[in-house]
Amino acid sequence: MADSKGRFGIHGGQYIPETLMNAVNELEQAYNHYKDDPEFNRELTYLYDEYAGRPSRLYYAEKMTKDLGGAKIYLKREDLNHTGSHKINNVLGQALLAKKMGKTRLIAETGAGQHGVATATAAALMGMECVVFMGKVDTERQALNVYRMKLLGASVVPVEDGTATLKDAVSATMREWASRIDDTHYCLGSVMGPHPFPTIVRDFQAVISRESRAQILEKEGRLPDYVLACCGGGSNAIGSFYHYINDPDVKLIGCEAAGRGIDTFETAATINTGKLGIFHGMKSYFCQNEYGQIAPVYSISAGLDYPGIGPEHAMLHDTGRAQYVAVTDDEAVDAFEYLSKTEGVIPAIESAHAVAHAMKLAPTLPKDKIIIITISGRGDKDVAAIARYRGENIYE
Amino acid sequence: MSNIASAFENKKAFIPFITCGDPDLATTEECVVRMEKAGASLIELGIPFSDPTAEGPVIQAASIRALKAGATTDKIFEMVSRLREVRGVKVPMVFMTYANVVFSYGAERFCEKAKACGISGCILPDVPYEEKGEFADVFAKYDMDLISLVSPASEDRIRMISAEATGFIYVVSSLGVTGVRSSITTDIHALCAKVKESSKVPCAVGFGISTPEQAKTMAGESDGVIVGSAIVKLLAQYGKDAPDHVEEYVRSMVSAVSSI
Repeated sequence: MADSKGRFGIHGGQYIPETLMNAVNELEQAYNHYKDDPEFNRELTYLYDEYAGRPSRLYYAEKMTKDLGGAKIYLKREDLNHTGSHKINNVLGQALLAKKMGKTRLIAETGAGQHGVATATAAALMGMECVVFMGKVDTERQALNVYRMKLLGASVVPVEDGTATLKDAVSATMREWASRIDDTHYCLGSVMGPHPFPTIVRDFQAVISRESRAQILEKEGRLPDYVLACCGGGSNAIGSFYHYINDPDVKLIGCEAAGRGIDTFETAATINTGKLGIFHGMKSYFCQNEYGQIAPVYSISAGLDYPGIGPEHAMLHDTGRAQYVAVTDDEAVDAFEYLSKTEGVIPAIESAHAVAHAMKLAPTLPKDKIIIITISGRGDKDVAAIARYRGENIYE
Repeated sequence: MSNIASAFENKKAFIPFITCGDPDLATTEECVVRMEKAGASLIELGIPFSDPTAEGPVIQAASIRALKAGATTDKIFEMVSRLREVRGVKVPMVFMTYANVVFSYGAERFCEKAKACGISGCILPDVPYEEKGEFADVFAKYDMDLISLVSPASEDRIRMISAEATGFIYVVSSLGVTGVRSSITTDIHALCAKVKESSKVPCAVGFGISTPEQAKTMAGESDGVIVGSAIVKLLAQYGKDAPDHVEEYVRSMVSAVSSI
């Protein structure tokens, strides 16, 4: 018997139909070939710097720090990237890899639409065909992003199966990949799915902590005490954590979407409410019922509205290296407004989950402590939804 | 000889699939009785899963209907027991479900109950060769077969999969997911021949087969034919009145397969 590959502790693996096994094996071989290839890395760095606008800023949030009266707060500004979120880091890497593999077509799932927009952007840049699968509910919540993808030349397929949200979009994209492998690369958007995706996506997102580590050392002469990031599948969180994992004094906190609360059924907080399972290609923690049926999850944030979490996070939770806290819709919306008013930075509602936890944490810490919050995306896409949440009848 | 091997003994096997609990378990129970009566060699019982990533729209929809109607793994075990003990069904039966259904129940507890109620094996389409260890060992302990799948994309993997296969090999006819197809373009002859080079167990072809003509062609290339979506469509169309239609359909397919 062959060994299972891509394990993070007991998590990970490759739980996918036989039809896709050679496709993921081919991807793994290609990635192993190119990841240390100087030419590949030169091209990727060029795209990161010249096209996506990296490195992203590490900004000292002075007003927020003073207002909260505790730890010093820095914002890692992934919202300033081209396309407005951290998703571009992964997408440029995968699209370049797919192109080297001779693929001509990218397919992707999207929740909030950020990953779909990033994939459509990379496809436009590299002259590839692009099809994005998006839950029907999400196409309605994020109508502007749907149009944006179309503008970039992608076609968007609304997925009506199941709960018509992110998990169903992932399933639909897997089905599409199984039916068309030769010319198509599945540009998976998070650190989830079968090996090698959790590793590939993590490596491309690790640019966040590679930069923030150098930036904080330059500004403060020392490492931060806390790194906070919102966590659905967990790509911006693992990217924010990765280069601190071997620094045990840096506390890593992933902020999950509690929706209406972890004691309700309307939640998407996987670590806080889920249990061990096997789904979407991986062993990890999932929100599910006693018979292993995947639970319909809920969050105000389409990007965190997923019933699972990446396998490396599951391992970091098991070992205690990272902590995962739950943040409710109400807290996230308060933080969305707070950061907008205090710093003039409108964060994505996903990122606002991390801001909300920082607002609880910072005042409890002395002034010589340092917190880095990753602002994974900008909040323009959420403005209409937040207005409606506050009772204002605004439509996009 | 295992129960499953007897399904292929001296004949081409016809293997119908049904999603348990669609529209309700009483209808599934009656359909299984009728499938046996119509000459099915082996029956695949689908335990519905909320997010069946290897299924096309027909079986996806059936899974959702079954779960909404209250089907659970425990109720399906009870139905199988009734089929064996009350209805006197003798035909071999295997489960087809997803890894998380078995994993969350506990593979050991799942196998113990499945074996006790008369199930011979299980198909888990999201458990490929590399991941089968944690399941195959437990299945073997209970003398049940974990059925291996081979697809047109398997190529160099066929040898290692076939060499360790038990029960029968499920040959996936086409790329993609389950569902009725007007034509199957894969070279099934070459695929089955490659499987047979390194396998000791029979191979049956599934995915996309719905008509007696297709079944006859596929049976000519293999040891049996698996049909799912075409039957599940009858359940979607006729609901509780489906058993008569299912029996008639299975009889026509058995006749096509036996004419080889």
